[in-house]
Amino acid sequence: MPRAETKKVPLFDRVFKPEHIVLENGNSVDRPRSRMPLILICLIAVIIISLKMTGFDFNVIIRRAKELTVILGQIFRPNFGYFPNIVKPLIETVKMSIIGTIAGCAIGLPLSIFASSNINHNKPTMLVIRFILSVMRSVPTLIYASVLALVFGLGTFAGTLAITVFTVGIVAKMLYESIETIDMKPYEAMISFGASTLQAFWTACMPQILPTYIDDCLYCFELNIRASSILGYVGAGGLGVLIRERTGLRAYNDLGMVLLILFTVVLVIDLVNDHIRSKIM
Amino acid sequence: MTVMEQLQAEPKNLWKRIVLFLVLLAVVAWGSDSITYNGIAQQGSVVASGIIHGITHPNLELLFNLTDAGVPYLILQTIAIAILGTIFGAILAIPISFLASTNIVPKWIAYIFRSLILLIRTIPSMVWALVWIRVTGPGAFCGVVTQSVCSIGMISKMYITAIEDLDTGILESLDAAGCNTFEKIRVGILPQLSASFISTAIYRFDINLKDATTLGIVGAGGIGSPLVQSITYSRWSNVGSFLWALIILVLIIEYISTRIRNRLARGHR
Repeated sequence: MPRAETKKVPLFDRVFKPEHIVLENGNSVDRPRSRMPLILICLIAVIIISLKMTGFDFNVIIRRAKELTVILGQIFRPNFGYFPNIVKPLIETVKMSIIGTIAGCAIGLPLSIFASSNINHNKPTMLVIRFILSVMRSVPTLIYASVLALVFGLGTFAGTLAITVFTVGIVAKMLYESIETIDMKPYEAMISFGASTLQAFWTACMPQILPTYIDDCLYCFELNIRASSILGYVGAGGLGVLIRERTGLRAYNDLGMVLLILFTVVLVIDLVNDHIRSKIM
Repeated sequence: MTVMEQLQAEPKNLWKRIVLFLVLLAVVAWGSDSITYNGIAQQGSVVASGIIHGITHPNLELLFNLTDAGVPYLILQTIAIAILGTIFGAILAIPISFLASTNIVPKWIAYIFRSLILLIRTIPSMVWALVWIRVTGPGAFCGVVTQSVCSIGMISKMYITAIEDLDTGILESLDAAGCNTFEKIRVGILPQLSASFISTAIYRFDINLKDATTLGIVGAGGIGSPLVQSITYSRWSNVGSFLWALIILVLIIEYISTRIRNRLARGHR
């Protein structure tokens, strides 16, 4: 007896009828047609339109590939004598990201509590906060920095503020996603004992999300170190100022040195973070 | 009183907490000394009110202008850059990530390719754009090439994780069933990798869409260059319409890509 199927048949399966296979024992199964050809056709159409729109021309790349080595070749021959000029902006970059990350993570925590559906049962405030967070994330950091640099003047303050805003958006999102997956039984027990929402959250949920929270903060710190090096491009302080200045002057050997230092710092921070992660996880 | 006993049994790490707190405080103090608040810049309040006015009064003429300079065309161009950059990057990353997986090739070869990936990741996308502009000239073409190269770094990092998680037991059983190499790849490897590869590419598409805006600053096409130009020349109503378009675009794409990735993760059709 075939079960009465009330499931809606997708449009695709109604247009391209499923293959009807009769098995040896008389039963039959329907094998839906592969969607692959349709997806491929759409994909190819999109690629062709995009190629037209962007003016992509592979011949140009082959013909002018020599030009590529002009800058890259100089970048890979860093000017080590330039190092003393890098130290101050480098420390500035690290400081900007540290303060921006700490401030962003501190502001992100309470926001994420309001944005998680299992703690905050007030749906309108939850949706409003989530919407604000997605809007905050959808604007690139560089745009924040260029606007803030106009408002607060060129310098590290605007950069730090831009990093903070950006970090709040990411940390709060990652955090409310992990809050929604935690075990709620201790929280409910606390509530039934008569604890307030905040007390219950602090004692029952915080220990559960703390490792993920620290992990997210470290991840943001890595992102921010990379981002803050670019922020200087719009005058928000740090290594980016040097990157802009050196590319403007076509001093690509110096640029190579800046990138080498940046690379080393990112590597060291990655290693330190991995060490912290292995301790807390 | 077992509850009391349990409570007393909680490890006492008060000192550890105090030290950690002091270290954090010291780091903040060290960090904040160079970040000085100089007050609002001379034109600062004018800019701030200009921004707010611009966002609440976007330039509608620009928003619905169907020519090359209008918002719809620029948005489409930004999407096109991100699509091509992601697809090329995702394809280029496949051979590199296979060559950088320790379960496919000998360790020393894997480390060579891993350092190559690290090298690509280290150079910021702005610098890549400047490097490629010499080859392609300014415009959307440059954006595509730059994003293809920049995407390789992160995409292959995720690909490598997927490849190293491959269940080789399946390949052994296919061997035992008498499959040839091609059949083994088709039914043993592709189904294991395709979901996570596609999911990675879609995730990268999200990032590339935002990066495409940033690249516009150095003249690599898309909505970025007119947006930054309007900021520098204080045309706030234009800034407002660009920002609205950008925010709506990113929100829609993020929503769609999250849905697709959730379905891929759960294995629905």
